[in-house]
Amino acid sequence: MATVSLKIPGGNKITIPHYPIDMIGADERAGTFTKRSIKKQSKMDALYLAIQMTDLTTLGGDDTPGKVEQLCGKAINPVPPQFLEELHRIVPAKEFRPIPKVAAVCVYPEQVPVAVRCLEGTGINIASVATAFPAGQLPLDIKLRDVKRAVKFGATEIDMVIDRGAFLRGDYQKVFDEIVAVKEACGEDVHLKVILETGELKTYDNVRLASWMAMEAGADFIKTSTGKVQPAATMPVTLVMLQAIWDFYQETGKKIGMKPAGGIRTAKQAVHYLVMVNETLGSDWLDPDMFRFGASTLLNDLLRQIFKQYSGQYFYDDIFSLD
Amino acid sequence: MTKKKTTKKKVSAKKKTSSKKKAPAKSKKKATKKKAVRKSSKKEKFVFDYDPAPESSAVVDIKNKYNHFIDGEFVAPEAGKYMPTLNPATGETLSKVAIGSEKDVDKAVKAARKAYETTWSKMTGAERGKYLFRISRILQERAREFAVLETMDGGKPIKESRDVDIPIAAAHFFYYAGWADKVEYAVPGRTAKPLGVCGQIIPWNFPLLMAAWKIAPALAAGNTVVLKPAEQTPLTALLLAEVCREAELPAGVVNIVTGAGETGAAITAHKDINKIAFTGSTDIGKIIAKAISGTDKKLTLELGGKSANIIYEDAALDQAIEGVINGIYFNQGHVCCAGSRVLVEESIADTFFKKLNKRMSTLRVGNPLDKNTDIGAINSKEQLDKIKELVAEGKKEGGVYHEADITLPRKGYFHKPCYFAHQSASSTISRVEVFGPVLSVQTFRTPDEAITKANDSNYGLAAGIWSEKGSKIHKTALGLKAGVIWANTYNKFDPTAPFGGFFESGQGREGGMQGLLPYLEVK
Repeated sequence: MATVSLKIPGGNKITIPHYPIDMIGADERAGTFTKRSIKKQSKMDALYLAIQMTDLTTLGGDDTPGKVEQLCGKAINPVPPQFLEELHRIVPAKEFRPIPKVAAVCVYPEQVPVAVRCLEGTGINIASVATAFPAGQLPLDIKLRDVKRAVKFGATEIDMVIDRGAFLRGDYQKVFDEIVAVKEACGEDVHLKVILETGELKTYDNVRLASWMAMEAGADFIKTSTGKVQPAATMPVTLVMLQAIWDFYQETGKKIGMKPAGGIRTAKQAVHYLVMVNETLGSDWLDPDMFRFGASTLLNDLLRQIFKQYSGQYFYDDIFSLD
Repeated sequence: MTKKKTTKKKVSAKKKTSSKKKAPAKSKKKATKKKAVRKSSKKEKFVFDYDPAPESSAVVDIKNKYNHFIDGEFVAPEAGKYMPTLNPATGETLSKVAIGSEKDVDKAVKAARKAYETTWSKMTGAERGKYLFRISRILQERAREFAVLETMDGGKPIKESRDVDIPIAAAHFFYYAGWADKVEYAVPGRTAKPLGVCGQIIPWNFPLLMAAWKIAPALAAGNTVVLKPAEQTPLTALLLAEVCREAELPAGVVNIVTGAGETGAAITAHKDINKIAFTGSTDIGKIIAKAISGTDKKLTLELGGKSANIIYEDAALDQAIEGVINGIYFNQGHVCCAGSRVLVEESIADTFFKKLNKRMSTLRVGNPLDKNTDIGAINSKEQLDKIKELVAEGKKEGGVYHEADITLPRKGYFHKPCYFAHQSASSTISRVEVFGPVLSVQTFRTPDEAITKANDSNYGLAAGIWSEKGSKIHKTALGLKAGVIWANTYNKFDPTAPFGGFFESGQGREGGMQGLLPYLEVK
């Protein structure tokens, strides 16, 4: 892979420098973060932060308004109030830090109106996937209509997919132009997350290049995966993207956010990711505005671990509501 | 962890620590404010300080004093003298160990000779192998105990003793156990016999691992040993003596005599020793080589180094930075093959320094027993003084000095990870083995120059090459005069791979089939 040259709007050209990644070294480095031992208050704080960073997601072919309503209910009230009462018999309410809200609910465009209705006034963001998610194999005009429709419905964040087919055949210009066009379609106030689908790009060199292109094209966040392709988010892939974000920041002064999605199911994994963010990008990225988890089952494990930290005991699973 | 309130997040983001440092790389520009996402909540900057996560020291049982291990028993020193062994992280005395006199050494050699003649050399290889397998297994079973003791006695971080020292020590016994009944296959068409009694003197940087490197091949080949651990770190070798007993190793096959230089000298001078194996400083290595010249003792020496770590402009830079960090700060830099001379291609030097500084700022120096500690305590006060002296020398010579902006513990012997940039080949830090977390960085322009500079040393132990271009790696490796060469990695140890150096880095190889040969008489 050599240097990639791209035309930007206005006719100028930019070059994206070749920046090789050694796979073995990246895997090894990512592994070191999982060896950190996060205990006591630092663990508790990390668990709370992870909740605030969660994009609670449902992206099924079988999604219905009813399903989305229930997901939104979970986003607003991660813990059933009845259970909190029970907990307060063990841990007095004054010693208990209220469970925060999640960052966003992430749905298909069709379900955005439902989410808007349910989440009004809560401050929870509404993220919609768009651009012919998850494959992205449709013409650009349809992708843009998809985006505009979601925005019109009230989505505050758009999670787009890049055209991996174009990327892998070397048509980087097409990938780039599409991101630029989608960013424009989103407008000023809607936040754009660009999904690279790293499980299809396969090599870390590709991930690095795609990350950089997305950031140049106007992404507010770069995101690993749709969740529809295995592997989804991994620690090393996320590390490669975090390092790209750092280098881009050094180069341009712009801070781009990161969202690993898919495959992060346990609180322990979430803490490992936060350790990695802490040691590669630092405190500025330990913020829901700069880092998100795309996950559906993570939330309950975070809660389970938080209550374990408070009470010293694990509660049975059924006590946490599903969705 | 605390939540620190910052009035304005964006302001704090602009405060770049690197611009305050004396680092050669200047941050290019200040972060410009970017319109971020809608702020949904009040802003408090999250500071992720990891709470202490110390490994419990309850797993180890440190005795008030330790005796020699001779002929399968723990025996008091003839002269009745003991010396303290310290925990360098606190400066406190852990225990006392016996000081070995000539008489003690003689007793140990006699026991080893008897065991060699009556049992060990008579035993079939397969039987010898069983004992070695057993030692390996017990080491794994008691790994946590060994790791904690190693860290307490030597100051290295628990994550290293747990993930590197102890597992590789066990792996060495396991590997050479496999050779015990196959020794003749190491010398096809010829015959191989053990040498007899081997005197082995080991250093304080990898106490148990070095004992394993020495004892495992010697025993597999059919020799018996008298081993002297370093006076700073004798405890894990003495715990290994317990393991030998637990494995029911015949008495006298492994003897451990503790003490300092005089004890080592007594081993070197003993008439009934057939081979000396030494790992340690080049200065002592030279003394030993002189002492045994003219005798028929065999000798292997694994000495110092000033190994080059070459970073080409086409390297995977983030991974190369990890290799530099691992190369010099692993085990506080107390590593004979440490990548203590980085040679970086001039065209990427600015980016390299910027990334290196940032990475160094995340290193955690502190309590070695804490599982999150990356860099532990310097092994002894003497070593810390030596490091400080060399750093002062480097500064006096006008070197561009940078150290990680971190706080050191008040108690114990600690040193900040640091480097000297823009070093010339003649500077002290580029030539002298510091054996501490002190790096020399030089630049080069072409591959030829990189090779020439890498070879410009009186040592020749190891080298690292970082490039994504395979042909360049091979060409460079062919030009380097070093016993061990790593490509796109550093400090990787495996019992199957031979290890050793050229010139003042020593003679002979340890590990692999090559590591078996110095313990054999091949006809």
